[in-house]
Amino acid sequence: MTYAFEAEGLVKRYGRTTALAGIDLRARRGTVLGVLGPNGAGKTTAIQILATLLTPDAGRATVGGLDVVRDAARVRRLIGLTGQYATVDEDLTGAENLVLLGRLLDLPRAAARARATELLTQVGLTDAGGLRVSAYSGGMRRRLDLAAGLIGRPEIVFLDEPTTGLDPGKREDLWSTIRSLADEGATVLLTTQYLEEADALADKITVIDHGRVIAHDTPAGLKQLVGGRTVVVRPTDPDRLGAAARVVERVTGRPVEHRHGGALTTPVDTARAFTDIVGALGSAGIDVAELALRLPSLDEAFRGLTGVPGPASLTAAARTTTRTTTRTATTRESA
Amino acid sequence: MTETITRPAGVRLPGSPREPRPWPLLRHGWALAGRSLTKTRRNPGMLLEALIMPVIFLLMFVYLFGGAVSGSSREYLQYVFPGVLVLTTILTGQVSTGVSIVVDMKKGVFDRFRSMPIARSAPLLGSVLADTVRYPLAVAMLFGLAHLLGFRVETDLASALAAVALTIGFGFALSWLTVLVAVLLRDENMVSWVAFLVPFPLVFGTSMAAPAETMPDWLQAWAEVNPVSHAIDASRGLLLGGPVTEPVTMTLLWGGAALVVLAPLAAWAYRRRM
Ligand SMILES: Nc1ncnc2c1ncn2[C@@H]1O[C@H](COP(=O)(O)OP(=O)(O)O)[C@@H](O)[C@H]1O
Ligand SMILES: [Mg+2]
Repeated sequence: MTYAFEAEGLVKRYGRTTALAGIDLRARRGTVLGVLGPNGAGKTTAIQILATLLTPDAGRATVGGLDVVRDAARVRRLIGLTGQYATVDEDLTGAENLVLLGRLLDLPRAAARARATELLTQVGLTDAGGLRVSAYSGGMRRRLDLAAGLIGRPEIVFLDEPTTGLDPGKREDLWSTIRSLADEGATVLLTTQYLEEADALADKITVIDHGRVIAHDTPAGLKQLVGGRTVVVRPTDPDRLGAAARVVERVTGRPVEHRHGGALTTPVDTARAFTDIVGALGSAGIDVAELALRLPSLDEAFRGLTGVPGPASLTAAARTTTRTTTRTATTRESA
Repeated sequence: MTETITRPAGVRLPGSPREPRPWPLLRHGWALAGRSLTKTRRNPGMLLEALIMPVIFLLMFVYLFGGAVSGSSREYLQYVFPGVLVLTTILTGQVSTGVSIVVDMKKGVFDRFRSMPIARSAPLLGSVLADTVRYPLAVAMLFGLAHLLGFRVETDLASALAAVALTIGFGFALSWLTVLVAVLLRDENMVSWVAFLVPFPLVFGTSMAAPAETMPDWLQAWAEVNPVSHAIDASRGLLLGGPVTEPVTMTLLWGGAALVVLAPLAAWAYRRRM
């Protein structure tokens, strides 16, 4: 069993809305799968099916080799969930929240307390453990939420937009915690609307939109998939930029694209063109301060794949809309 | 934030999933009741109605109706108190219990419980158990005020304690009716209304406020078959003297039947809707 979880052809409908139109998701043990998609793509629905909170209308999913519908009770012993919306109790302190969850996982009282203290330290909430959650900032709640999902040392961790609404600095703190989870052997499924987040954390990325998988690959592979590699050349002597441009144009047979800040950029079709450029610059006696083969950013990749709104604006729009999204009553069904 | 989450492979640490232990429903229900109690302790205002309700009922009956029914408030207090005790425990159970579970079910924290390997009905049980703190509060308030007004137990302490235990148990058993309604409707306003209206025919269609002979025939017929009549007779017997065995037995039977039928139904509806 090489996959920690595996979903095939998941379909979920809400009345006339098709939240999932048959998606496949899988991750090898100890890896991080990023599920990337805009608001409404079906990310939360997919996570809720894997976490046994929803049953699919069609398709099947296994977690740790166990069917999420038939073996739901055993699946729940393997997983930790940090939902998109706060799942901690406002009236309790951070520590009380974690101790309660430990008790519900049948830890003896002392062990539950020890585990709570340990996790509070790990997410940087040692000093806030005794405060009621109602006094927490949004970032503190997200971190407590993450800790709450980790009480039982789950083998498989589901994180639904764990950093949505956090300041960039706070986001990177949370990233390092998530990375250490994977380093220690857990399998992580992380949904996100932030391309840079998937790029920073995931071993594999599944891009979904309108309940369908658009692409599944490594971050680098995704960039390759859409092509668009470029070569950047920066001569040591800025005056020789024109000469460098002529050399590069001769090799690639097309005009250079940008010429600013003392550097030029040109698209290339093959990796071989890069070595040709290096050779031609050398024989022309042009010294270079920078010479690089660049893959496209994930933003560009996303645009190429979905053909939907520009990624920069997508990310910005996502940031604002998720703040104002109210919690739609999640449909509850027996599993 | 930067410390690693230690997770050596193959080592069973505190917090590792372990074999299920017996009685999960009771253990998890108990832990969740602790959570609700902590919340109640931090918002004690939520208990206010438990304290106010008995005061209103007692004053209303004794001073508004007392003179009309028996000519003397003091005498009427002795007559009406055992019934008000039953009214108080029933209403305490009805009014509070269903609402808190509905409020809870809509919270994100319940999503987490559902993703954990805990007994499916444990959150429901925890919420209902935690709400039982209201009964002793309401009953203590009722006895305290009645004592000030001149009510005296005519039997002994043991009988009085038995009356308290019996009426609280009966109120608790009937409270599962609201719990069932709450789980089915999932709307705190509707639940409040149902919880407020349902007890009326049950409690007032009895000899609580006036002897059954004074009532119209149709109401007498209802009082005859109404299970709450037994509870009121039992309460009277235990507090003032008189026949005890038969009404207490009937109260226990009716309460037990309500519990055995309603609680599993509510738990089933809850698991289905979760
Ligand atoms: N409980 C629900 N009832 C009706 N529609 C829903 C419900 N939950 C999700 N949806 C719809 O399903 C689609 C996917 O939603 P969701 O899985 O939450 O997407 P994401 O998490 O990617 O934003 C959306 O169109 C959303 O409106
Ligand atoms: Mg979502």
